Amino acid sequence: MTLPPLAEWPRRAILSEYFVLILTVAYVLVLWPFIPWLLGQRNVGDILSNMWPLLAIAVGQTFVLVSAGIDLSQTSIMAVTSVIGAMIMTRGLDPVLFSKSPFWGIFLGEQGGPLAGSPAAVPVAILAMLLVGTIIGLGNGACVAFIRMPPFIVTLVSQLLFSAVAIFLTKSENIRHLPDEYLALGQGNLGIVPIAMIITVTLAVTAHVLMSRTAYGRRLYATGNNPVASRVSGVSTTRVIVSVYAISGFCAAIGSILYSARLEMGRPTLGSGQLLDIVGATVIGGVSLAGGKGKVTWTFFGVLFYVVLANTLNLLNLSFFTIDMVKGGVILFAALMDVMRTRAMAARN
Amino acid sequence: METSAIFEFRGISKRFFGIHALKDVSLVLRPGVVLGLVGENGAGKSTLMNIAGGVIPPDEGTMFLQGQLYRPLDPNEASRAGIGFIHQELNLFTNLSIAENIFLESFPRMRGLPFIDRRTLADTTRQLLASLNMDFSPSTKLEALAPGERQLVEIAKALSYESRIIIFDEPTTSLTAKERERLFSLIQRLRGEGKAIVYISHILGDVRALADEVAVLRDGELVANAPVADLRIDRMITLMIGRDFDNIFPAKTSRPGQKTILKVDALSQTGIARNISIEVHAGEVLGVFGLMGSGRTETARMIFGLDEYETGTITVGDSVLPARDPVAAIRGGMAFVTENRREEGLLMNVSISDNLGLVSLAEFSRRFGGIVDRKRLREAVGRIGAELRIKSGSYERLNAKSLSGGNQQKVVIGKWLMTRPRVLIMDEPTRGIDVGAKFEVYTIMNELASQGTGILFISSEVEELMGICDRIVVFSRGEIIRDFPRHEFSQERIMRSAFRQEDAAVLDA
Repeated sequence: MTLPPLAEWPRRAILSEYFVLILTVAYVLVLWPFIPWLLGQRNVGDILSNMWPLLAIAVGQTFVLVSAGIDLSQTSIMAVTSVIGAMIMTRGLDPVLFSKSPFWGIFLGEQGGPLAGSPAAVPVAILAMLLVGTIIGLGNGACVAFIRMPPFIVTLVSQLLFSAVAIFLTKSENIRHLPDEYLALGQGNLGIVPIAMIITVTLAVTAHVLMSRTAYGRRLYATGNNPVASRVSGVSTTRVIVSVYAISGFCAAIGSILYSARLEMGRPTLGSGQLLDIVGATVIGGVSLAGGKGKVTWTFFGVLFYVVLANTLNLLNLSFFTIDMVKGGVILFAALMDVMRTRAMAARN
Repeated sequence: METSAIFEFRGISKRFFGIHALKDVSLVLRPGVVLGLVGENGAGKSTLMNIAGGVIPPDEGTMFLQGQLYRPLDPNEASRAGIGFIHQELNLFTNLSIAENIFLESFPRMRGLPFIDRRTLADTTRQLLASLNMDFSPSTKLEALAPGERQLVEIAKALSYESRIIIFDEPTTSLTAKERERLFSLIQRLRGEGKAIVYISHILGDVRALADEVAVLRDGELVANAPVADLRIDRMITLMIGRDFDNIFPAKTSRPGQKTILKVDALSQTGIARNISIEVHAGEVLGVFGLMGSGRTETARMIFGLDEYETGTITVGDSVLPARDPVAAIRGGMAFVTENRREEGLLMNVSISDNLGLVSLAEFSRRFGGIVDRKRLREAVGRIGAELRIKSGSYERLNAKSLSGGNQQKVVIGKWLMTRPRVLIMDEPTRGIDVGAKFEVYTIMNELASQGTGILFISSEVEELMGICDRIVVFSRGEIIRDFPRHEFSQERIMRSAFRQEDAAVLDA
């Protein structure tokens, strides 16, 4: 299947790296007459605040996809880190809900968690969340790299395990009464710039530089393209593989920080159902599921498009089911376009 | 169109990645004539035949089959039009039977019903096989056949379409001597039956023996088309590479030094190698000969650290290398050009410049953060590309996949040269590349040796080893059985060694 004959500028647009961005702009322009408040200040704020956490997590997934793997456990990492961080910071827990929790009486009490009220609560909690996320990632990576288990199976098992752990720790209850300093991370601004944006953009820029400008990045692309040839050429593919899953876990933890701060609670079911959003947005951006191909900028465009799409579908008052069907259809379309574009680009050269 | 011709190419042109693969080629095929088609890798031979076979369309020009305009949309149309194409990589299915393979696209059906007529299938297949003197039952699974026999099945498939034109693309690469003879007599017979035959091969001696006419392609253009009597081998080579050509091997300018740069001591791994001891001196080219399966590649992989070994030590210079650690080997100064560049040597979908820079990345990246100095890398890559004469468009925009076989091999070698290795192991480095590129590889090896690198050169071609090496060791069944210094080189004795027939009077072929 190849592209049909086209005039020059549509052809250039489709083959361009910014295709998804152009598509997003076109989509917004088409819908704007029907939903004028789409570009209103409030809605744009909504779109952006949805974008930052999703982008942070998708950046991590990008690393894993480029290595020719996949991380299905990111949402469970979000859940378990959300719960652990909240447990450390919380300033009050209802005994009726939490007395069955395994930590009740040891770390948790009616006054909240072990650092309740202390100024160290938020930094320690954040550190703990990042650490837990990274360690789970390292575990995933070790299984894939050393035991040579397929990434799909390893991360699926992690997903099941850690979702269950999160629920077990809180007996399915949400943890509230989190300190204001923490909530500011997800909801507050530094001047006019949301803190969530600062965090995510810093993460994304660092990730982009890592992937596109460093020796590590080249070794990552090599591993994703041909692990055998990479190994012969002296690339430590095991180190690369372990690192991408650790990065993915770390990014999932950052996403969890932002989401939990916005929701003002530690949720054992955080991220549930969002796996499609994460992987779908990355794939829409053009990152290949087969490995070796993808950039952080592409993920950015994919997430932007996805968030705009979800937002407009909501504004159009479509039912929950219709929205999911449309999302699925769009991802299918994106994958199809990717195949056609790859062929067209090869023919063009 | 000439009355005697059955097929004509007129003004065919084709571009890939901006480079002309074929430029205004006009050629005629005649029934009962074998046309030898020769040229370097990338000269356009396969491209021209792929156009005739319906695999790719030409950008310009036309083709005529028996006087009619011929423009196949796909290989199926070409087959039905009577053009049989025996590819270098056979397009057969090992899990299916001979009959199923032959009639995959044209199963005889029962009258009116959508079921396969098994009896007609078996009978027709038996007839085809009989005409080729093949004694197999039509239901034999293809995986039970040797490569030479599989090739005959592919030929039977071409004949089942009553092809009038049969194209052979490098048919002898995986054949034994006996199978080759059988193929040649078959080609003579097909010629006698009035088929037009195209024979593409790098083995110029075979081309001269078989062909009635020879066409030479160079850089996409037809530079000669003459009766075979007018084109001796050296004339063919000169036309193929476009310059005068005295020798297949460059003159040796280096002499091996005293210092031992690679020492392999009592290397053993059950079932693979036994007590292998090798010493390579700085500036020495040590050849490794042996039959397929004698353990040469396996030994090289163990030396480099890709595979384990039970006992033995590997020393580069003064330091002993840990086992199973390619990174340590590379850091110690070792380099390994593997046997199959596609699977182990190159990242096909990655740019040429990234491929070239892959091993030596650490040299081009800053200590903190590992950020790559792209300018320095680009310069270094450009230098190596020029030194090795890698012919290509932009190194940064194009992938390794876009290069011809010979240029791909040069990229693999170039990648390792960028690390300035002390020891370079090369496993069949000239396999599947043309005469001109081979000469360039030999020249590179000579230069490296004169700069003090020790080279371990594994090859299955004795003449090649004799032309370049200072010494040749012979492997057989996992052991080194003989070591030939240069003044004792003899093709017959080295071959006999590999067969463990040192003292036998005559060698049975």
